[in-house]
Amino acid sequence: MIWSVDQAFRGFPRREGAAGTRNHLLILPAVVCANIVAEQVARALPKAMVVTHQHGCAHIAPDRDQVFRTLVGFGSNPNVGATLVVGLGCENVPAEDVARAIGERGTPVECLLIQKEGGARRCSRKAVQVCRLLMKDLAKHKRECIPLEHLVVGTECGGSDFTSGLAANPAVGRAADLIVSAGGTVVLSETSEFIGAEHILQARAKTEAVAEAIGRIVYAVEAEVRRAGVDIRGANPAPGNLAGGLTTIEEKSLGCVHKGGASTISEVVAYSDRPIERGLVIMDTPGHDVESVTGMAAGGCQIMLFTTGRGTPVGCPIVPVIKATANEATFRSMREDMDEDLSPILKGQLTIEDAGRHLLGLLLEVASGRQTAAERSGNREFAISTFWRSA
Amino acid sequence: MTVKAIVIHLTDNVATMLVPAQAGHNIVARCGHEDMVVEALQFVDVGHKIALRDIDLGAPVIKYGQRIGVSSRPIKRGEHVHIHNLQSERGRGDLVRGPSF
Repeated sequence: MIWSVDQAFRGFPRREGAAGTRNHLLILPAVVCANIVAEQVARALPKAMVVTHQHGCAHIAPDRDQVFRTLVGFGSNPNVGATLVVGLGCENVPAEDVARAIGERGTPVECLLIQKEGGARRCSRKAVQVCRLLMKDLAKHKRECIPLEHLVVGTECGGSDFTSGLAANPAVGRAADLIVSAGGTVVLSETSEFIGAEHILQARAKTEAVAEAIGRIVYAVEAEVRRAGVDIRGANPAPGNLAGGLTTIEEKSLGCVHKGGASTISEVVAYSDRPIERGLVIMDTPGHDVESVTGMAAGGCQIMLFTTGRGTPVGCPIVPVIKATANEATFRSMREDMDEDLSPILKGQLTIEDAGRHLLGLLLEVASGRQTAAERSGNREFAISTFWRSA
Repeated sequence: MTVKAIVIHLTDNVATMLVPAQAGHNIVARCGHEDMVVEALQFVDVGHKIALRDIDLGAPVIKYGQRIGVSSRPIKRGEHVHIHNLQSERGRGDLVRGPSF
């Protein structure tokens, strides 16, 4: 079935032309020590989106900056209608600074500190009261017609196998081309999965500086592997990729880069940074699916197209993640975790062009409120990429 | 004839199996509109690669029209190509001199 491509979706208008595909209340610990409050609010308010994580303190400067930017970006994503930041009170990524920065971006925000409230339990009780009020305001937000050019779409592949590079990723790439030609933005990520294919991306860079940046971020990944003195194989490709027929990182990468389509690459941004340019951009993220999706959400992606071969249920608390596979056995065995079956491509029953248009139609439906499999299952994975050990 | 394997680019020296190949079977591999036949010398699982030509030791393995690594053993046409005879040239922090990148 070919969907007609309507160049708009129904979203929640935000500041400066941005729009959300969702309207979540987010509970965001600034530090691991405040996870307990988030967990207790989750029990009291099942509709709230709650994250927990392992960071927020004892970070040396580059990590402190990266964790801070990721929390701020995540907490001010257009899909978030309001955020409650919870801290302990002594963390080196201070909750109040995170909250202030989120507020400056226009997202309604509140902040509570466990030490100020007199302990975790008291803080949790206050958090629930604050959240109930925030939820009342959220209920007033309504969807409106939003042009596609306001969409920032993250692309990801996880649990890749031989079907990913042959079919699923090219289909996503075709959808990406359509999004870019309509004025929207698509993010290509997972830098380790450019190794061996970076010359293909560099040839499409808008400027010399963009081409140089692509080379630099790929070199940085290989420098890490040299520092550790190990073959990257086993980490990437992972054991499942190897079992699924992918032998080398070059082979995997040549399949992965299809997700970005054929557009000119207009910018390279750091992990969790917002793109300034429109069109196809690259974000420097690790091949770790959850860290990568979190980084793209922090950078402002309101929706994700995620291909898989072996199958993965991974989602995101605030961004709908559409799961597509061209592996028919996976689609059948993990039916509850999948949204789209692209295996007809490998049977010669569906062209890449038609698959891309179909994916775009599905993407616009999901952007307008249709639930993904990951949202139905309650998959809300969250993880922040860091460089160094804690001090 | 039923297509059993895909060749992505004309210069590829491996095809990717769409079904498992048993030893002795003739595999029809399609590249665009052209078909070629390769006899499988051993079992090659679905999704795995089968050599379309003999590949010398240390010679590049080509898929998508690009280098995906070099052979670590001489490979015969029809053999399974995977981690036992194909090694990467990139991300090789385990090599003393590092990759040539």
